[in-house]
Amino acid sequence: MKKKLTVLLVVVFVCALTLSFAGCSPTKKALEPGSNGTIILATTTSTQDSGLLDVLVPAFEAETGIAVKVVAVGTGKAIEMGTKGEADVLLVHARAQEDAFMAAGSGTERFDVMYNDFVVLGPKDDPAQVKANAPKDATKAFTAIAAVPATFVSRDDKSGTNTKELEIWKAANIVPEGDWYVRTGSGMGDTLTVTNEKLGYTLSDRATYANMKDTMSALQIVCEGDPLLLNPYGVITVNPAINAQINADGAKAFADWIVSPAGQKVIADYTINGDQVFTPSATKQ
Amino acid sequence: MDYIINGFAEAFRLIFSFDPEIMEIVFLSLFVSFSSTLYATIIGVPFGILLGITNFRGKPIVSRFLYTFMSFPPVVIGLFTALFLARAGPFGQFQLMYTPSAMIIAQTILVTPVVMGIVFNQSSTSGYEVVLTGKTLGAGKGNTLLLLIAELKGTIMIALVTGFGRAISEVGAVMIVGGNIRGYTRVMTTFIAMNNNMGQYSTAIAMGIILMTISFITNSILYKYIIGDINEYRD
Repeated sequence: MKKKLTVLLVVVFVCALTLSFAGCSPTKKALEPGSNGTIILATTTSTQDSGLLDVLVPAFEAETGIAVKVVAVGTGKAIEMGTKGEADVLLVHARAQEDAFMAAGSGTERFDVMYNDFVVLGPKDDPAQVKANAPKDATKAFTAIAAVPATFVSRDDKSGTNTKELEIWKAANIVPEGDWYVRTGSGMGDTLTVTNEKLGYTLSDRATYANMKDTMSALQIVCEGDPLLLNPYGVITVNPAINAQINADGAKAFADWIVSPAGQKVIADYTINGDQVFTPSATKQ
Repeated sequence: MDYIINGFAEAFRLIFSFDPEIMEIVFLSLFVSFSSTLYATIIGVPFGILLGITNFRGKPIVSRFLYTFMSFPPVVIGLFTALFLARAGPFGQFQLMYTPSAMIIAQTILVTPVVMGIVFNQSSTSGYEVVLTGKTLGAGKGNTLLLLIAELKGTIMIALVTGFGRAISEVGAVMIVGGNIRGYTRVMTTFIAMNNNMGQYSTAIAMGIILMTISFITNSILYKYIIGDINEYRD
């Protein structure tokens, strides 16, 4: 009796293993590289959360046969991955960090790709009166928030969004400190959730907010349209001299495609609930 | 409260729609965790037994380290594994980062101490009689080991079940070395974490329910045979 059970158990175990090993084509696909190679694209969590990559990447893969492994991390980590050569191509939105990256010789080429914008979100009752006094002036908005002081939630994670937030504080000549300044150290989604719970203010990219609007019932846009709130994206091919595993050809193919009319069209056509989220801005033809 | 109710509703919808992306994620989770548990068992059982039945200097220290490694934080294991597998690391030429193989490696490192620790503990306690019996029957080293494995089957099963549970439910290691890449390395736990980050709570809860159901089914199958064995011994 014991023997029979043991044998049966082993059989079940092996079956399950074999099933997952050989069988399902989804899993098989998971283990095969593209027919023309693979590239690792390091990008930001907000880019992934916007949903753009879910249309952009398949379009690129279909046209070139190059498989793209999209690793979405914070901007800080994405840049670091580029510096170490852990990724082949970067798609980020932190101009200062991008320029430093290129100046250090870590990147081969950098192109403008697209831009979206940031918005300042706040609670429906708007204690800092941002909507009334500074609906189009981010610096003035931040000053008003710090004056109350009203709760402001920061990502505090070296992300593109965080970089922009710090830029605005600097423009307002304020060093944000105190109980009212909440640091989450998290991605945009989590930070928005915290802001919603705490009825505070925060800086968010438009796309993530558009995606999460239904669950963010306590918040509204209080400030938008300031040129300072523009969020430009850049694509950078990593310098193949960094290590031997960098797929420079694949990276170049991706960079060239995303700035080409075909890639730019995919970007322009991407909408959330009917609204265009990203504006193509490539100047290279 | 809405989220939880919606979560159950979403779970039913996900399961019975046979959404290929969800099935892919579930199969990958099972593949990675089953594989790593298997490898961990192959490594952990013989070593655990050998360490258990041998008296050597430093055994107290070794057992403390072993028990400590049993509760090593998965995210730290992920971090260390990533350092080794990264392109800049010693195994960079194999391009293992962001592949299911890397996830299996990390989880094997995670689960081996668990299996080893449980088996080590039990063979220290009750291994002596078995070895003695084996000696009286004229068993050589190899046969003694097989005899021990046969006698400790219940313990090995528990170790396997515990190890698998640890593997299927962890998120830190597979997130770091796998990267949660859609279609390549996305597993149930990283899917849940990502959906939570995006504020899609119902979807996250739905996958959580699927994960627990699968865990329950797997453990039920194994548990059925453990109970059978233990009853036999009580005769």
